[in-house]
Amino acid sequence: MTHVDPLLQVAGLSKFYGARVGCADVSFDLYPGEVMGIVGESGSGKSTLLNCMAGHMPSDTGRVMFDTRAEGLRDTVTMSEPERRMLGRTDWAFVHQHARDGLRMNVSAGGNVGERLMAVGARHYGGIRSTAIDWLGRVEIAEDRVDDRPRQFSGGMQQRLQIARNLVTGPRLVFMDEPTGGLDVSVQARLLDLLRGLVREMGLSAIIVTHDLAVVRLLADRLMVMKDGHVVETGLTDQVLDDPQHAYSQLLVSSVLQV
Amino acid sequence: MPTGRLRNDLPLVFAYFWNNEGAGMSEYNFAYLDEQTKRMIRRAILKGLAIPGYQVPFASREMPMPYGWGTGGVQVSAAVMTQADVLKVIDQGADDTTNAVSIRRFFERTAGVATTEATEAATVIQTRHRIPEVPLSEDQILVYQVPIPEPLRFLEPSEVETRKMHALEDYGLMHVKLYEDISAHGAIATSYAYPVQVEGRYVMDPSPIPKFDNPKLGMAAIQLFGAGREQRIYALPPYTQVVSLDFEDHPFEPSKADHPCGLCGATDSYLDELIVDDAGGRMFMCSDTDYCQARRAAGHVGALAEDAA
Repeated sequence: MTHVDPLLQVAGLSKFYGARVGCADVSFDLYPGEVMGIVGESGSGKSTLLNCMAGHMPSDTGRVMFDTRAEGLRDTVTMSEPERRMLGRTDWAFVHQHARDGLRMNVSAGGNVGERLMAVGARHYGGIRSTAIDWLGRVEIAEDRVDDRPRQFSGGMQQRLQIARNLVTGPRLVFMDEPTGGLDVSVQARLLDLLRGLVREMGLSAIIVTHDLAVVRLLADRLMVMKDGHVVETGLTDQVLDDPQHAYSQLLVSSVLQV
Repeated sequence: MPTGRLRNDLPLVFAYFWNNEGAGMSEYNFAYLDEQTKRMIRRAILKGLAIPGYQVPFASREMPMPYGWGTGGVQVSAAVMTQADVLKVIDQGADDTTNAVSIRRFFERTAGVATTEATEAATVIQTRHRIPEVPLSEDQILVYQVPIPEPLRFLEPSEVETRKMHALEDYGLMHVKLYEDISAHGAIATSYAYPVQVEGRYVMDPSPIPKFDNPKLGMAAIQLFGAGREQRIYALPPYTQVVSLDFEDHPFEPSKADHPCGLCGATDSYLDELIVDDAGGRMFMCSDTDYCQARRAAGHVGALAEDAA
């Protein structure tokens, strides 16, 4: 077996809101092609953690080391803002819970997908457009919707568009914040199916924050359970869900409604 | 006590007494603004010239005209004007429209400077939405009136965010606008206020000049842009590299109406379209009135002027 370096190394990451704990002393490694789930109830600090890792929010302590293509391991916390933004539109992607936070609602679907390409220097209209149409196809949006604005799309389509917009530059790491939140179950199922396909096909690493255990069961290789800003349990997804050790994990797993 | 000689280096309260026998309206300081204000504006101008295309915030004053009528341009003109200057004011290329006439008269009364309609004779030219047809020289200053200085504004409403985007050179969004143009109209439909990139760095709104004028932005004259309501000044030093944004397969094209001027026959000038009767009859004429008049004085005659004769 060959040795593989982790893509992302998080060490001692903490964020405090005054005296309150956002997330405290979180450490983990993420390997290429691995999907990590972070679960916990509302207010457990999972979104804070995700935003700190993605550089949307400054963290108070800790390091987020990312294996960049050009320079190897770099601490993204101390990286300069232009470098972080460049990372944010090339190797990283961020899928918001609400599609309208991640989309430009008054720009056409094609423009939304093309923005990241243009931001990294694509200047050929025909090329940008055909790439955008190709990506719309991959997320099951018909080609004739390319000039429609996202506000003319359904919630599920908007979310798929957001995913296309994020993946078009071939990122290696995707942060997802409740990607299926607010969608009805049949739409959720198709979206999850799509995500699973794309993750496998592109060899993506992903960090998925959700309170929906079914989502992590389907997508995540590994699981991290958070409570009050602290990580209380980590392990393989099946292991944590089938044999939870921590009292809170047990509560979380047993709270799922059985249909 | 007063000598009749204008002293502009004095604080306002003294300047009032010293200047009360000056050439202009004696109740005003030279060129309306007080000296501290001019100094503040000059600082902003110098900073703007040092960082071409960068929008310098400045403490824009209330002017005796409404926002949108050139308050930014007037403040910049007042700050750079000396008594020896010759002022020309144009509005969409014309010397004789309301905006141009009233600003010209404003400076005649408050500064007592000489005014002209001849582009070559002017040392300071204040303009709204045009660049004169005659190439400007190194000893001239062109002052633009700017309504909205932020080229990213209609794409990103937050000023905090747009300033960050400029600082980080995060300009992908600008091309999204052009992309949207092509996808909706088949070509870049932006025909005025066409965004440019200055010296490979700042993306700048050249004010709502027609894109026909964009290639002239690298001119020999100093170009100053003043936005009064938005409180921004920016500048282009002489011979600055100014590139209009475009796509490889949809290159930038300066455009004009495909006609000669009806009055002077010029084929190289930017034209206004004029509806002349109720039957849809129309004519095209130079938007630069001084250029058109000078050509006619030199004996050039357009098709419509011939018919009338």
